[in-house]
Amino acid sequence: MSLSDLLIPLIICLVFIYALIKKVDIFNVFIQGAKENLLIAVDLIPPLIILLTTIEMLSASGTISALSGLLSPLTQALGFPSECTSLALIRPISGSGALAVLESLFGDISPDSYAGRVASVLMGSSETTFYTIAVYYSAVRIKAESKVFVSSLTADFTCFVFSALIVRLFY
Amino acid sequence: MINYIITLFIMASIVFSIINGNISQLSQAILQASGSALKTAASLAGAMALWGGVMQVAEKSGLTNKIALLLKKPVSLLFPSISSESTAFKTICMNITANILGLGNAATPLGIKAMKHLNNCENKARNMAMLVVLNTSSIQLIPITVAALRMSHGSQTPWDCTFPIFIVSLLSVIAGCIMVSVLYMHGRKK
Repeated sequence: MSLSDLLIPLIICLVFIYALIKKVDIFNVFIQGAKENLLIAVDLIPPLIILLTTIEMLSASGTISALSGLLSPLTQALGFPSECTSLALIRPISGSGALAVLESLFGDISPDSYAGRVASVLMGSSETTFYTIAVYYSAVRIKAESKVFVSSLTADFTCFVFSALIVRLFY
Repeated sequence: MINYIITLFIMASIVFSIINGNISQLSQAILQASGSALKTAASLAGAMALWGGVMQVAEKSGLTNKIALLLKKPVSLLFPSISSESTAFKTICMNITANILGLGNAATPLGIKAMKHLNNCENKARNMAMLVVLNTSSIQLIPITVAALRMSHGSQTPWDCTFPIFIVSLLSVIAGCIMVSVLYMHGRKK
């Protein structure tokens, strides 16, 4: 048993207990929230179909392994598994694209292997940087400065380096 | 941009499959991929719906607002020029809370609202950059999609990446925030 196994049931339980005290109609509120997210999941299907198709094509044709091979001097210096290179490259650009890469990756390697764990940590700890910057700055009609990109990409790079490091530390 | 990327990817995969001589695998991959896209969405849908339900309960009970209050200290450290009583400040707290709890659909509208508030405040370039960096490197407490995907691929311990993800995302947020502070400190002196 690990601490994170206990964390999820505990959070759900605490949320419900607190809601009971506050006299929230848990059942119906839950259903409403679940329905909202279910619709989001359905919206995810069409982009996943086109993105997973292109990514599976890249992977089946050997393009991804060629690219990973090209970048291997860099990734090896960072101790980063070469299987995760494609995920690291697409993560800042497209969220559903990264999901598609992760799905295709887990088809080839076990999620419990070293590279599978690094991919999991990388996916969970980083965000769709370029998309987020575009959405936020276009909302206020301001052009994002290069400093914003530098800062965000610093954070992403930290994710790449530490995801490999922490997986080696933890397991 | 995505249109160019997709077309480029497809072109590259055809060229490489001719070079590597595995065109049959390529055409098989096309057929397989659409099916596994559907499977992926299905394996995510349940977990996403569950989490959406739990978080809706948390929101209705006022728990998320309580958590937002806890963020007062760190947020005022990151945005020293914003008064903690202002709507901009409160919106930022709620935006970060939504990110931490994995409420992606709630986080973005809140973040945009906060951007608009910051647009009217002083020192806006720096504060906007800070907010965007907080969102591009968001801290995640419950990696629900990653865990669901791990489980659907036969992971024995789908949740065991929770703690490492939390630490790495925290480190990346810290790195991003330091970078913003440093880059914009220079700008202020000028």
